[in-house]
Amino acid sequence: MRVTPLLRVEGLSVCFGAGAGAMEVVKGVDLTLRRGESLAIVGESGSGKTVTGKAILRILPRAARITAGRAVLTGAGGKEVDLFGLSEPRMRAIRGGRIAMIFQEPMSSLSPLHTVGNQVAEALRLHRKKSGAEGRRICLETFAEVGFPDPERAWSAYPFELSGGLRQRAMIAMAMVCRPDLVIADEPTTALDVTTQAQVLDLMRRLQTGTGMSMIMITHDLGVVANMADSVLVMRRGEVVESGPTRVILTDPGHGYTRALIAAAPKIPECMSGGLGEVRDPILWARNLSKTYPGRISGLGKQAAPVQAVQDVEIVIGRGETLAVVGESGSGKSTVARLLLRAEDPDPGAEIGFRGRDGETQDVATMTRARLKAFRRRVQIVFQDPYSSLSPRMSVLDILTEPLEVHGLGTRAERRQRAAELMEKVGLSPAHLGRFPHAFSGGQRQRICIARALALDPEMIVCDEPTSALDVSVQAQVLDLLKGLRKEMGLSYLFISHDLTVVAELADRVAVMRRGRIVEQAPAKLLFENPRHPYTIALIAASPEPDVNRRLDLAAVARGAGDPECWPEPFGYRGHQAPPLHEIEPGHYVSCAA
Amino acid sequence: MAPHDPDAHYVSDSPYDPEAERQLIERKDLDYATWVLVWRRFLKNRLAVLSGIFLLAIYIQLPFIDFLSPYSHTVRDDDHLNAPPQPVGIFDGGFIVTYPMTETLDMQTLQRVYTADYDNPQPLRWFASCGAPYSFLGIWESDNHLVCPPEGGTFYPFGTDRLGRDMLSRLMHSARLSLTIGLIGVAISFAIGMVVGGIAGYFGGWVDAIVQRAIEVIRSLPELPIWLALSAAIPAHWGPEAVFFVISIILGLLDWPGLARAVRSKFLALREEEYVRAAELMGASTARIIAAHMMPNFMSHLVASATLSIPAMILGETALSFLGLGLRPPAVSWGLMLNDALTLGQGAITITPWVLWPLAPVILVVLAYNFLGDGIRDALDPYS
Repeated sequence: MRVTPLLRVEGLSVCFGAGAGAMEVVKGVDLTLRRGESLAIVGESGSGKTVTGKAILRILPRAARITAGRAVLTGAGGKEVDLFGLSEPRMRAIRGGRIAMIFQEPMSSLSPLHTVGNQVAEALRLHRKKSGAEGRRICLETFAEVGFPDPERAWSAYPFELSGGLRQRAMIAMAMVCRPDLVIADEPTTALDVTTQAQVLDLMRRLQTGTGMSMIMITHDLGVVANMADSVLVMRRGEVVESGPTRVILTDPGHGYTRALIAAAPKIPECMSGGLGEVRDPILWARNLSKTYPGRISGLGKQAAPVQAVQDVEIVIGRGETLAVVGESGSGKSTVARLLLRAEDPDPGAEIGFRGRDGETQDVATMTRARLKAFRRRVQIVFQDPYSSLSPRMSVLDILTEPLEVHGLGTRAERRQRAAELMEKVGLSPAHLGRFPHAFSGGQRQRICIARALALDPEMIVCDEPTSALDVSVQAQVLDLLKGLRKEMGLSYLFISHDLTVVAELADRVAVMRRGRIVEQAPAKLLFENPRHPYTIALIAASPEPDVNRRLDLAAVARGAGDPECWPEPFGYRGHQAPPLHEIEPGHYVSCAA
Repeated sequence: MAPHDPDAHYVSDSPYDPEAERQLIERKDLDYATWVLVWRRFLKNRLAVLSGIFLLAIYIQLPFIDFLSPYSHTVRDDDHLNAPPQPVGIFDGGFIVTYPMTETLDMQTLQRVYTADYDNPQPLRWFASCGAPYSFLGIWESDNHLVCPPEGGTFYPFGTDRLGRDMLSRLMHSARLSLTIGLIGVAISFAIGMVVGGIAGYFGGWVDAIVQRAIEVIRSLPELPIWLALSAAIPAHWGPEAVFFVISIILGLLDWPGLARAVRSKFLALREEEYVRAAELMGASTARIIAAHMMPNFMSHLVASATLSIPAMILGETALSFLGLGLRPPAVSWGLMLNDALTLGQGAITITPWVLWPLAPVILVVLAYNFLGDGIRDALDPYS
C-alpha cells in the first residue's frame, strides 16, 4: 500500500423510485481506486455499472436516490471529502474540475449549437478560471494531445462536422482540459467502429499514464478491460460478484458468472477449421451487385450526388455454409443483405441466383411477385434490433404463427403445435407462447426472432447483425444456438457483422467490406491466418481480446484503418478506382493492383 | 467493515445459473396486450378518466333529453320573458320546491322586475306528465318527464330567454346538435384524412409531394372566412337537418389536413419498423401488412388526434351559429343560443346575464375533450 487511495466508495446503494415500488439497483458496492491507476467496472446491461459511475458524480436520473454509502475523495494535500455529503455548489466545483466524465454517445453529449472549442473552453473557464487567449492556448494544446490532426480546425468545428471518433476525442479533450484527478468513462468506445475504438482506447491509455490521473472505465467488454485496467470489478444485478487485479481475474476467475463472461467473449480461435478453396455447391450467389441511391432532393429541384452504397460485389454462399460479411458502419454490408433478399432492387445488370434443395436455379433479381413469395419461404432474415423487430401488439404465438398464416400452411391447431416446437428449438419454454414480446429480455427476444425465421422451414437465413444489440454472454448463447440449428436443419447463413471476432467461430467464409466494396474474401481459415489486405489486418488487430498478454497492435490498426487513399501500395486507391480482386491462393481474393 | 483492499481477490458467493436465466421473464409487468397496458396507464391519469366519464355521461343522456328536460325547447311562456333564474328550495314543504315569481314593470327603467314569493313554495312533480307530447326515440309518443314544473307553477332554475323559453331545457336540447356535430365532422375528416394520408404515406414520391403541398395550401387559408363563404352558400329553404349535415361536412372538410399529416407521418415511421420489414420478407401481402401490423399501431394514435380535434369542431359550430351562419332556428344549439344573446347586445351581460349560460357547457365539453385526448395520447406508449 504505497499509494493512498484517491477514491474510496463504501457500501454504495442506489434505489429507483420510492416507497413500496422502490427497486434497489446498486446494492452495497465497495471500490477503491488508487492515484494513477485505472479500475474497470464490468457488467451487462442492467447490472448497475453505469448507475454506480453516475452516483459517484451525483448525476443520477431524477427517480434514483443514493440510499446508503460514502464516496471519499482524497485531495492532493491528503484532505478527505465525502462526495455524498457535499453541498450542490461544492459538488459542481468537483464535477468537471476534479472528476470528469466521458459519456457513451458523443453526439448527444455535445451541444450541437456551440463549437467544440467553445464547449471545451467553458469547462476551463468554470473550473480553472482561465479564459481568453490563455484558455484558447490550453484548449489547443489539449486538442493536439488527444490527437486532433488540426487543433485550430477542431477549435472552430461544430460537433456534427466531426466523425464519431473525432467527436469522442472532443469529449475526451473536454474531460481532460482541467487536468482532473479522476475520469469516469462510461462505455466510451461502444458507439465507435472497431478500428476507431482501438485508437481511442490507446489514446486514453496514453493520456492516463502521461498525466498520472486515475480512471474508472465502465464497460461490458472484457477485451477493453484487458487492455486498459489495473483492477476489475465485476457487477451483476447491482452487486459486486468479483473484484481484484485484472491479471488475476482474467486468468483465474473465481465466480461462475465471471467465468461465463470470459468464456463468452468472442475470440479468434488458435487453430481454425473449415473448408478451403472454392464453394462447391452454391445456394445463393450474386454478381455485379451494385446499389446506387439517388441524392437527397433539397429545396427546389436541387439534388445531391447519388450515393453508391454497394459497388460490384460478387459473393457466393455455399449450401450448409456460413458466409460472413464484415465491415464497419456504412460499408454497405446490410445493403448487400437486403439486395440478396430482394427487399430492395439492385442496380440493373446485377445477377442474383438461388438454387434450393429442389436443384432448380432461379434468378432472384428478376423474379415475379408470386415466385418471390415462394422464395421468401426458403430464405428468411433475423434482424439486428430484437426490440423493434417484434410487433408489440402480437403475442409470441401470433408472431410465430404469422409466417404460416401468410403462406396458408396448416390448420390452426397445427400452427399452434408448430409454434410450440419452434419455441423449444430455440431454447425457450413453450409455456411462454401466450406472453407478449416486451416481457422478454433482449436475448430471449432474439431467440423468438430466430424462431420466427425458422417457422417456414427455410433453407437459408440472413442474419443482419443478430447479436450486436445483445450482451456478451447472451451473444455467445445466440451464436451457439445458430451453430446448433445450422447443423440440425442443414441451414446456410449469410451473417452480417461489424466484428470479425464474432464471426470467427461461425463462418466458413468471410468477406470484408469497406466503402461498398469487398476488399478481401477468403475461407475463414485463410483469412484469419493469412490476412493480406491492410484493412483486414487492422480489423483483426483492433478487436480487443480478454487476454492481458495480447494487447492491441496499434501500428497494424493505423496502417489499415484510414481511408483507401492512405493504404499502402498496392492496395490504396483514389476515388472510385478500386483495384480488382485477385486470387492469391485458392479461394482467397484480395483487392489490390496486380 | 474493513477498508476495501484493491489488491485482494474478492469473490462473492451469489449463485449463478445460466440455464434458469434463459427462461427468466424479465418484465412481467409488460406481459399484457398493448391495449391492457394503455388502459392501465390511462386509468392513472385522474383528470382524463374524470373527463371521459363526464363526456360519456352526457353522450348517454342525448337520446333521453326529451324525457330528462322539464320543458320542450320551443315552448314559450309569455308571462316570463327574460326571467332571471328562479329560486329553488329544498325540503320546504316538498323535496324540491320552486317559489313563484311575479312580474312587474319598473316604470323608470322600463325593465321587467321579477320578485319571488318565498311564502308560497310549490313542490316539483317527479315522473309526471306535462307539456306537449314528444316522440320518444321515434318509437312511441309520450308526455312523461323526469321532472315537471309544479301544478300551475314554473320551473326556470336557469332563467328564460327573450321569448320566455326555459334556458335549462334549451341547454339540454342544444347538446344534441352541438355534441353530435363534432362527432360527424371528425368522422368525415377522419375518413378523408386516413385515405389521403395513407395514400401519401404509402406511395410516397411525387404523390406524397402533391398531397403535402395541397395540405399546406389548405392550412394557409383563413378558416373563418371559408366557413362563412361555404355556409352562406347553403340554400335558405333547406330544413334544419339538411343544414346540420352540410355544416358538419363543412367542418370536416376543413379539418382533415391535420389528421392526414398524422396518418402519413405515422405510416412512414411504421414502414421503417423492423417487424414490418420482417413481415414483408416473410412474403406477407401489402394489405396484410397494413391491416395486421400498421393499422393497430397507428389507429390508437389517430384516436388520440381525433379526440383532440373534436373540440375544434364544437367551437367551429358554436362560432358559425353565433354569427348566424350555422344552424338555423327552430334547431337549437349552444351557438344559436348565444346568437340570441347577440341580439340583446350589451344588455346580455348587464341586464340578462343568464342568457350567456351556453358558454358553460361549451367550455366544460371542450376542456373535457382536451383532457381526455391528452390522457389517451400520453397512455399510448406504455413501454417507455
